[in-house]
Amino acid sequence: MTVLSDYDTATPDGDVASRPGRGRTGGVGALVRSLRTSAPVLPFLTYVILVLGVPTAVIVLYAFRSNTGHFTWSNIHTILAGGQYRAGFETSLKLAVVTAVVPGVLGTLVAYALSTSEHALFKRITSATAGVLAQFGGVNLAFMFIAGFAATNGIVTEWLRPLGLDPWNHGWSLYKFWGVAFVYVYFQLPLMVLIITPAFAGLRPAWREAAENLGASRWRYWRHVGMPVLTPAILGSMFLLFGSGFSAYATAEALTAGTIAVTPIQIGAILQGNVIAGEQNIAYALAFAMIVILLVTVIFYVLLRRRTTRWLR
Amino acid sequence: MAMATDTPTNVETRGASPSGAPVVFDNLTRRFGATTALDRLSLDIAPGELVALLGPSGCGKTTALRVLAGFDRPDLGRVLVDGNDVSHVPAQRRDMGMVFQSYSLFPNMNARDNVAFGLQIRHQRTAQRRAKAAELLELVGLGEHVTKYPHQLSGGQQQRVALARALAIEPRVLLLDEPLSALDAKVRAELRDQIRALQQRLAITTVFVTHDQEEAMSMADRVCVMFQGRVEQVATPSVLYSQPATPFVGRFVGVSSRVAVTRRGDHVEVLGRDVPIRGDLAAVPAGELEALLRPEDLDVTVNPNGLGVVTHRSFLGATTRVGVGIAGANLRVDVRSAQADDLELGTRVDVSVNARDVLVTTRQPSS
Repeated sequence: MTVLSDYDTATPDGDVASRPGRGRTGGVGALVRSLRTSAPVLPFLTYVILVLGVPTAVIVLYAFRSNTGHFTWSNIHTILAGGQYRAGFETSLKLAVVTAVVPGVLGTLVAYALSTSEHALFKRITSATAGVLAQFGGVNLAFMFIAGFAATNGIVTEWLRPLGLDPWNHGWSLYKFWGVAFVYVYFQLPLMVLIITPAFAGLRPAWREAAENLGASRWRYWRHVGMPVLTPAILGSMFLLFGSGFSAYATAEALTAGTIAVTPIQIGAILQGNVIAGEQNIAYALAFAMIVILLVTVIFYVLLRRRTTRWLR
Repeated sequence: MAMATDTPTNVETRGASPSGAPVVFDNLTRRFGATTALDRLSLDIAPGELVALLGPSGCGKTTALRVLAGFDRPDLGRVLVDGNDVSHVPAQRRDMGMVFQSYSLFPNMNARDNVAFGLQIRHQRTAQRRAKAAELLELVGLGEHVTKYPHQLSGGQQQRVALARALAIEPRVLLLDEPLSALDAKVRAELRDQIRALQQRLAITTVFVTHDQEEAMSMADRVCVMFQGRVEQVATPSVLYSQPATPFVGRFVGVSSRVAVTRRGDHVEVLGRDVPIRGDLAAVPAGELEALLRPEDLDVTVNPNGLGVVTHRSFLGATTRVGVGIAGANLRVDVRSAQADDLELGTRVDVSVNARDVLVTTRQPSS
């Protein structure tokens, strides 16, 4: 039997029928047809090449270039060998993991609540709020948190102080790792809600009823069906949050004035030449390493998403 | 694909005597706001019987099935299974197998694990439940697909796995919620026969919801025609077809033509012939009447001076259905295909009634 792909058709004797533009049809004609069908996306493709492809190529090129213009591994060696750059990487990875897992878990719980709630108003308000807050980052967000949680005159800090809950008295600082992580959660959590809610909506009521019909309690349905079906989507979404947390720059920069040693801030500092001069190629090497990590993240995300899509379609 | 003929030992044993439980819908009422989905529905189903709930969309058939499955509660009335009131027993404790309209296989499990799920919930050992799942998959003709996931199976195969999954827990009542409606015609016909054969072999009491009268008539021991939450008629398919108890059943089940008639005592005049009125004469409404005529109740003959004109024809295989416009009515008449050659469109014809009696009802506005 001939195994057919989604796009193949079979003749009654089992042969795969030829498709337009395939095989013996003229090469030039096929190219023209291909260009004609691709024409609507060409402007976007051009845009992507200019703002993503070219900068990426420049980064890769300079990451392996010495100050004298020759090929070198030394930039990569420098960032992996230890010292401030590797420490920066480790902090960035830790920040990305924390701000992927915590909002990932909390966002999943919120999405579960949304999926099981029968209050349409609650659903609408939560979805709309998540949509707005997920976009609320950068300088505005940093100033909002400074206004709220600064050690002195922070509005929320002043509320908490009389209750004996002032976090600054317990070693916490808004301008250090856990402070930055706290601020990141603010926009990562709604982002998670936005991403994962459609996956919950994709769970078919018939699966729950079928499980119940076969004797499963609600817990056993979630354990054997609901969670396994959602796990790839949840993990995929967490990878997306990881990428977002790993590469965020403006919020951390505005909040800490560049005092937290995370890779994006280190790259910014080098390229601006404020503190370190003549190490631009190190910045490109750091950016190259970030691209590699983000690429791996995206690959995991796509693989997990593919499985979810297959299950939930 | 042909269903396997070998029957697994445990299934064979069950088939030796009826293992289905009697089911009773006792005066069930279910309302959704201002809508009454079930209106004092009562129905007795014998052990091992297959009853089809048939009716148009919104007639309450799915609500009745969901109440029986435990997914919904009646506002009034009871559901009795094996004599026990299960109206307030949760769905997971009813031990009923169910096949859903949409493919409801768990996407994260292969065919075998889907079938074994109910046994896993019942804490059966892995080896036992896998063996039983494999047996049941063999029974529904999918022995070679045990490790395939739902997305790797066709719609028909998925519904067979769903059937095996429902049977795995050895239910005494099997519920089928339009299980064939998403399948193409050929697979539907195949699976219809297989479900019926399996149900008869296992003698499981089965309630089958469908809006497809052909499915209901070909599979069920009895058909319960529902309309607006009420039972219109419960009867064997042949009685339902030949002796519809109400005008709704007459119109809904099978094909019928409507002809304006005049009552003369216990007869009506139909197309120039006096024909006895079927059923209780006291129940015949007053006012303008019409008769419901099946295609086989009529004969058509070519006559250049006839009052009727052939308006359309549909080849159905052995028979051809001919549409005849006559005296403001559109009649559908079945003739043997071999004799239909003369009945071209526009041919003038005579139409006569050959029925022993006819069902009479209040005249409906022409549609």
